[in-house]
Amino acid sequence: MKSITKVTLASVSAALLVVGLAGCNRTPAADSGAAAPLKVTLSLSTLNNPFFVEVRDGATAEAKKLGVQLDILDAQNDSATQANQLATAASNGSKAVIVNAVDSDAAGPAVTALNKAGIPVIAVDRTVNNAKLTSFVASDNVTGGSQAAELLAQSIGEKGSILVLQGVAGTSASRDRGQGFTDGMKKYPGITVVAKQTANFDRATALNVATNLLQAHPDVVGIFAENDEMALGAIQALGSRAGQDVKVVAFDGTDDGLKAIKAGTLVGTIAQQPGNLGKLAVEQAVKAMKGQPVDATVPVQVVTVTSKNVDEYLK
Amino acid sequence: MTTTTPTTRKVHRFTIKRFLADNGALVGLVVLGLLLFIATPAFLTGQNILNIGIQASTIAILAFGSTFAIVAAGIDLSVGSVAALGAMAAAWMFTDASLPGWLALIAGLVTGLVVGAVNGAANAYGKLPSFIATLAMLSVARGLTLVISDGTPIKTPPVVSFLGGNIGPVPVPIIVLVLAALVASFILNRTVIGRAMYAVGGNAEAAELSGINVRRIRVIVFALSGLFAAVAGLLLAGRLDSAQPQAAVGYELDAIAAVVIGGASLMGGYGKISGTLIGALVLVVIRNGLNLLNVSSFWQQVVIGLVIALAVGFDVIRRKTRSS
Repeated sequence: MKSITKVTLASVSAALLVVGLAGCNRTPAADSGAAAPLKVTLSLSTLNNPFFVEVRDGATAEAKKLGVQLDILDAQNDSATQANQLATAASNGSKAVIVNAVDSDAAGPAVTALNKAGIPVIAVDRTVNNAKLTSFVASDNVTGGSQAAELLAQSIGEKGSILVLQGVAGTSASRDRGQGFTDGMKKYPGITVVAKQTANFDRATALNVATNLLQAHPDVVGIFAENDEMALGAIQALGSRAGQDVKVVAFDGTDDGLKAIKAGTLVGTIAQQPGNLGKLAVEQAVKAMKGQPVDATVPVQVVTVTSKNVDEYLK
Repeated sequence: MTTTTPTTRKVHRFTIKRFLADNGALVGLVVLGLLLFIATPAFLTGQNILNIGIQASTIAILAFGSTFAIVAAGIDLSVGSVAALGAMAAAWMFTDASLPGWLALIAGLVTGLVVGAVNGAANAYGKLPSFIATLAMLSVARGLTLVISDGTPIKTPPVVSFLGGNIGPVPVPIIVLVLAALVASFILNRTVIGRAMYAVGGNAEAAELSGINVRRIRVIVFALSGLFAAVAGLLLAGRLDSAQPQAAVGYELDAIAAVVIGGASLMGGYGKISGTLIGALVLVVIRNGLNLLNVSSFWQQVVIGLVIALAVGFDVIRRKTRSS
């Protein structure tokens, strides 16, 4: 057993050495000849979550289309691993780096090092604090909030009292979605938001909060929840009223959320498009490498999913 | 006759003062209820009272377990994670291991009991302070919950979902809450083990010298805390029709707050199940009231913090009254 392990280790090291040497050889070639593909490193927070797997798939497809080489690294939700990966990217010939930070603060120093090496850095989905970003590609939560307002308004006939279940107080997702929703609701003077309360993006909390709010405002006809989990809690609180005399609209497009749309208890949800996040990040990286102008922030459109189009998203 | 009258009056006055001091949490709950009754008509309705009972069930049952730990001069920080693990274990046994629902339910309870006993053994035999042993378990149990569930909610068996329903007009969580309170109260007041918890919490050395097996009591204390946590977790899962990987995050702090508001001493040796129940009701009534009044989410956290501080302030005054 031991000798087998040794042999395996030896051959793996040898293989790594060869790959490493090949990598070294490629770097000068990329500098001299235009034929060699440009290399982009994509460091993802985790590949253990379907959302980020879709980010990866979108990025891979776009890289293939644009003819760049994309190295994909999985930081396994560990900031230290990610810092190491980013440090390696600085020295392995990458001409641009796309980072989906494990932690926005912790990624700062590693990205600063890339800034110093003159390598453009594009953040995707989560920003990086205390460092210079060439571009930041993220879902447009504000527009999504407005889309949710429109959907809810239409489903309740543009009049009546509604409740809003907010996410964790002070997070950007809650702030942006709430802002967009408030803006969107301005178009509908017949609708009054009778209560806005936090349920911390959590299903169990939303069950309690929605129960309490329904007690104070028994006449509500609609509920907007800033994520699917809270909407599912509210639906539980509503019981048989969900989808009948009270319409619920949510945000995210999780599996459970989509199933609730299919079941008719949830009117609709505003789904993020992780594939597009990856695609647009690669597009920005390639522009930056070629010296073309890039946008400092790239808002990725979110889509309204209802019973009409839910089958396209349900897997 | 004339000489005894002033004495009687004095004793009487002393009793009222004593009553107020001993039942600070109850007085607080009544005052809170009155204020909310004046502030909003939605508060004192039959349905809202039932809502409060249902919402209190999870926190109160977790807090009963924590009462054992705190009475025995320990602390259990793992109850929120153990609640989630117990419920997830039951849901997993049912859906993935295809056990019958009732057996899965028992498996969930046993999971809580065993995990709690591990806490207790680490504390009693491993010499880890309970704060550290249960802090470690807070992380381990949450991690195991995520491993079992692969990070996604699992549907619960019908028998667990029944726990979230009604029997006639009475919500099952309230029935379970009452039963759990009676059982916990019986254990603490009427069993040798329960009385030993007070002895261990008051003075572990003296308890040991008087023939109590302190280490055994500590294992039992934490095993019971784990069992009650699993009950609370199953109840919560029943209400949501599913076991959530992130269920009950941070509930250990609510549980400890309920125990302390209820008048137990964090130094051990003192605490009552009735007090803990009132403490849990105080927390839930505040949240319910703040929702009914539509108070901003930012301010809610400030208010809840202030109430905890106030309640512990009461505890200090009470202890002074008792010692004087």
